[in-house]
Amino acid sequence: MSKMSQVNALVERADALYRDADFTAVQRWKEANPGAKAVGYLPIYVPRELIHAAGMLPVGVTGHGDIEIIRGDAYFQSYICHLPRSVVELGVSGRLDSLDGILFPSICDVVRNLSGMWKVMFPDRWTKYFDVPQNFDMEVGGKFYRAELNSVRHDLEELGGKPILDDALRASIAVYNENRQKLEALYDARSRKPWKVPAWESYLMVRAGFVLPVEEHNALLDEYLALAMARDEKSKDHIRVVVTGAFCEQPPVEMIRTLERAGCYIVDDDFLLGSRWLRQDVNAEGDPIFALADAFLNHSTSAPSKYQEDGKNGEALVAIAKEKKADGIVFCAPSFCDPALLDQPMAVAAVERADIPYTSFLYSENTGQFQVIREQAGTFADSIRLWSNS
Amino acid sequence: MRVFIGVDLGSTTTKALILDDAGEVVGRGITNSRSNYNVAVAIARAEAFIETLFNLLARRLRETPALADVEERLRAALKREFRMEQHLQQLAYLRKILVETASDSRYGERASLMVDAIARITDTMVAGAPKRFRFSRPPTEFFRDLASGEFLELAQAEANASNGAFNFDTMAGVFDKAILKVENRGLDLSFSANITPALERCLERFSDKVGERASTVWDLVMDISETKLDVASSVGTGYGRARLPFPKKQIRSEILCHGLGAHTMFGATRTVLDIGGQDTKAIQVDADGIVTSFQMNDRCAAGCGRYLGYIADEMNLGLHELGPLADRAQRSVKINSTCTVFAGAELRDRLTMGQKREDILAGLHRAIILRAMSLLARSGGVANELTFTGGVARNSAAVKALRALVKENYGDVTLNISEDSICTGALGAAIFAWRTVHQEGMAT
Amino acid sequence: MSGAQTEDVHKEPSMRLQKDMIGGHFQALANAKKNGKKVVYTFVPGNLAELLAAFEVLPVLPEINALQSGMRKKSGMFIGEAEKLGHSEDVCTYVKCDIGMLKNGNIGPTGEKLPDPDLLLLSYTGCFTFLKWFELLRQEYDCPIAMLHVPYQADGKIEPGHREYVVNQLRTEVIPKLEEVTGKKFDIDKLREHLKLSVQAEDDFVAVLESAKHRPSPIDSYFGGVYYIGPMFTSFRGSEAGVTYYRALRQEVEKRLAAGVGPITPDGPMGEEKFRLVVEGPPNWTSFREFWKMFHDEGAVVVASSYTKVGGLYDRGFRHDPENPLETLADYCAGCYTNLNLPQRIDLLCQYVEEFDADGLLINSVKSCNSFSAGQLLILREVEKRTGRPGGFVESDLVDPRYFSGANIKNRLESYLQMIDQKRSVGVSAAPGMPHSKVDVEMGP
Repeated sequence: MSKMSQVNALVERADALYRDADFTAVQRWKEANPGAKAVGYLPIYVPRELIHAAGMLPVGVTGHGDIEIIRGDAYFQSYICHLPRSVVELGVSGRLDSLDGILFPSICDVVRNLSGMWKVMFPDRWTKYFDVPQNFDMEVGGKFYRAELNSVRHDLEELGGKPILDDALRASIAVYNENRQKLEALYDARSRKPWKVPAWESYLMVRAGFVLPVEEHNALLDEYLALAMARDEKSKDHIRVVVTGAFCEQPPVEMIRTLERAGCYIVDDDFLLGSRWLRQDVNAEGDPIFALADAFLNHSTSAPSKYQEDGKNGEALVAIAKEKKADGIVFCAPSFCDPALLDQPMAVAAVERADIPYTSFLYSENTGQFQVIREQAGTFADSIRLWSNS
Repeated sequence: MRVFIGVDLGSTTTKALILDDAGEVVGRGITNSRSNYNVAVAIARAEAFIETLFNLLARRLRETPALADVEERLRAALKREFRMEQHLQQLAYLRKILVETASDSRYGERASLMVDAIARITDTMVAGAPKRFRFSRPPTEFFRDLASGEFLELAQAEANASNGAFNFDTMAGVFDKAILKVENRGLDLSFSANITPALERCLERFSDKVGERASTVWDLVMDISETKLDVASSVGTGYGRARLPFPKKQIRSEILCHGLGAHTMFGATRTVLDIGGQDTKAIQVDADGIVTSFQMNDRCAAGCGRYLGYIADEMNLGLHELGPLADRAQRSVKINSTCTVFAGAELRDRLTMGQKREDILAGLHRAIILRAMSLLARSGGVANELTFTGGVARNSAAVKALRALVKENYGDVTLNISEDSICTGALGAAIFAWRTVHQEGMAT
Repeated sequence: MSGAQTEDVHKEPSMRLQKDMIGGHFQALANAKKNGKKVVYTFVPGNLAELLAAFEVLPVLPEINALQSGMRKKSGMFIGEAEKLGHSEDVCTYVKCDIGMLKNGNIGPTGEKLPDPDLLLLSYTGCFTFLKWFELLRQEYDCPIAMLHVPYQADGKIEPGHREYVVNQLRTEVIPKLEEVTGKKFDIDKLREHLKLSVQAEDDFVAVLESAKHRPSPIDSYFGGVYYIGPMFTSFRGSEAGVTYYRALRQEVEKRLAAGVGPITPDGPMGEEKFRLVVEGPPNWTSFREFWKMFHDEGAVVVASSYTKVGGLYDRGFRHDPENPLETLADYCAGCYTNLNLPQRIDLLCQYVEEFDADGLLINSVKSCNSFSAGQLLILREVEKRTGRPGGFVESDLVDPRYFSGANIKNRLESYLQMIDQKRSVGVSAAPGMPHSKVDVEMGP
């Protein structure tokens, strides 16, 4: 196989995983590992190390934009975002039956309430709301968070019928550190040579980690990056943008392609943010629970769902834009997303202060039409090119 | 004769339905709701009364052995003559108003030319009436639709012939003003006011067949004409029910009436889906037709009949053409959003992508029915026989999509669609009216 | 939570008393800077009224300002302004109304400018939007902010660790910042004194809520309820004025109870009590009176509501405990209705339907408030299933006049009540004499 077709094959495989609403990959993994369990998690962040250390497969459940929704809509008013509709549809249609439990992290009131709905709708399945602190003092919020982690750990031990040993947890931390490094390498390469590593492909590669075991995902990331960088592609006259707001409900991959086709290299983004939530390695020595808590409290990314202690909303975004030498910022949030949309005016103000051009639009995971977005992004790219050439 | 009336004042049409003491439907009337609800109700009721009397007449004719050989033809002919008489009355009045309107000083010198043209046009319309009413199936349109079609066609010809003295748009404007007045005036179109000339013409045409039995017929029809219909009770429903001149206890919500009406038509139904122009309703009823739960669409009009209206406009098609076109689809395009706001843009986008009109339409119909399926699920699902009512129930592609989705989600469930589904709410209301007398023993 | 309404409306005497109390509070706020009083902005659910009183600071509650703007028909303009400034159409209108009011000079309900905050006390209880709301306000004010994160009752109870977390935050974050802003040392005994006053008022408040178990109910626990919770859920808990108010209110209600009469509505005393409902969800404020009148006209009385529990479930036994001042504050915060998980909410609403012998649960689903609204359709179905009594569903918004359709709500409400009525008379209207109507009449044009 040529390098070209090799990389295409990888992308096709990731694309198939992305489109598969039946989580066939999870079923296969369970067949290959008799008796092993799979545990789902919603956006944004959960410490997958705990699930991994229990010998289980962590599975990202981030909705689906391409399934017909009937019962999902029956539960939600028109002013609620799309993600919980598809998650409920996946659940009641049996597509999540391969999951032995599911975690709903604290992110917004919709996902919070969904955790309770799940308990009512699926009383026999392990369902846990995973609360995270908004106080970042290790003695206060840290203590609370460690208790939350231990509570998840305890539940997973019961679910798996065996203890999660500290050594196993440290090993899991190490393998996820590797994963984080590889994801950073991917983003770094994308920022340097976006014509070789298109954002839509990168998205699919990251997304593959939602259903694949982390070891396999690590190998996939290595293989893809090597092949992609070996491509014989030339840089185009595109502008460089950072996309923000898409950390929970995911845009269709076609929308990411649309932005790129409209002349925007996406040099950073907050898609699938949970995978890149921790911004540095977690200490793989010592008390692993303490290490995970320290990473969450002191080394996690800034996000609208997280209390901005210093009041500098939007500054982290500006810093990323500068670091990645972005020409502009694209605010791209799901309709009715409270965290993203309540935060946006503050982020916009920071971006305006930094004199960075921006544009904004809304989507939902089942958006099927991109004409308007294509025109808007194209105009944005044109205006920046004109402005910088003048 | 004691009767019980149900009136359903909807946003598009107003329906009245009459039951007799035995609870049998004896008359129905339907008219467009127009801007004046009171007039709409009066007309629908008057129509229902007329139907009731014609029904009585039919019974009496059947019960008269001497007329057995001509009974059927006579009855049909009399009805046609009667409808024509109503039509002529309205035409005469329309002509008067048209002339008044065209004589307005703002038309200046054009006025007299226009008045002449109007005279010629309405003469032609009057002359054409017998052909329309006697020799072909009586038209089913409302007077407004019938008259406007004819008038505008003739007005176009007159305008062309006027060598620029007046144009078509001016004539159309005059017509629009006049027809409103005709509709809202409330002419006496009742049985008794119009039957005499109709009967005269009818007997004249049938003189060789009826012969000396004419006086028997005459007496019989006059007897019917004098029959007093004593309204024992009436109940109103529909979106405009608050505007009905009824006391509060004679008003019922359309949910209850729809449920009871559907139950009456299809006794085994447990779920009713109504997709109208403005809203969608999912209703659950028990074995007695009593509503146990219901859900209506929220503020968002996505998935209602109105959406199909937008699509039809966008495609330059009539609303009734959408279903048959969608039925020709080879494959159904997946449509994710039924948001009315984006309907036009989405459609154009898909057409430019080279997708076929019929395939897109098939997808759109499925998308609308998906919304309805959610509402059904919200109200409690489909347990036994589903009855589908409302304007969208007349759309074959929507019915096809519903059938498929109900099967996918609830298995083999009987889907009932009545030819008369438009009267479901009025039927329920009439039964409530009937019950207030028969079950509570109190006349209103 | 009281409305500024014209004098021609019918009012209970306690409503006038409350109006004076609120007037006094806004007067104190208007003079705060002059009198050297410190001002703290904070939220209603899980508010720390007693702690603030112990520091002698004056609270401003932005939700109350927003709902007052709604009742005074100003919210539409404020929301419009905030949206022009880039706030999304999709998000909470309380926030946008508050931002719009701020941009219009921050004039309070009494026509006087509200003082700027000396501290933003971000009590993050039961509502994610609170967090962003004060982040937004923080961009406007140069003042310190104190975060109090109250964990969710995810497993249907207040975990010991959650209580400890809240207490730790009070000790290390909230109290030090109050000390810093006021220059006063925290006096735990003073806090205890205020907590004792709270308990007195709480007992009377619960007696008022419980009175709705009688037939006819002497109170409306939703529309009237928003007045009854006013002092308790805001700045008057833990004050002498609060104690006086609830004593007077209880006596007033007991008088109606003894006389066997129903509640007083703005459109006059309630007539015959035809329907008893439990209502879930906040009210709409822009058309509050119109909404109430729809119930009044139909003889529908709300005998219990979840909205009157956003500031605590006193009726389920919670009382502030002066013996454990900080722990009791933690339990109070964590125990508010919007901090309960879905199964708890379903249980509570089922209990209300049964204990208050209601005809069913009616949900007013509010666009702004996902904390309430997400999952309500499941709540509706579960409560219907468990109680066997029919549920109803209407939609509106807190303060967005664009999202209130009177005709639509009236239609649904009437349909719902008629459905209840029809179900009641099942025995009468069933089979006998049922006309077997067939529609086989020949149709004319």
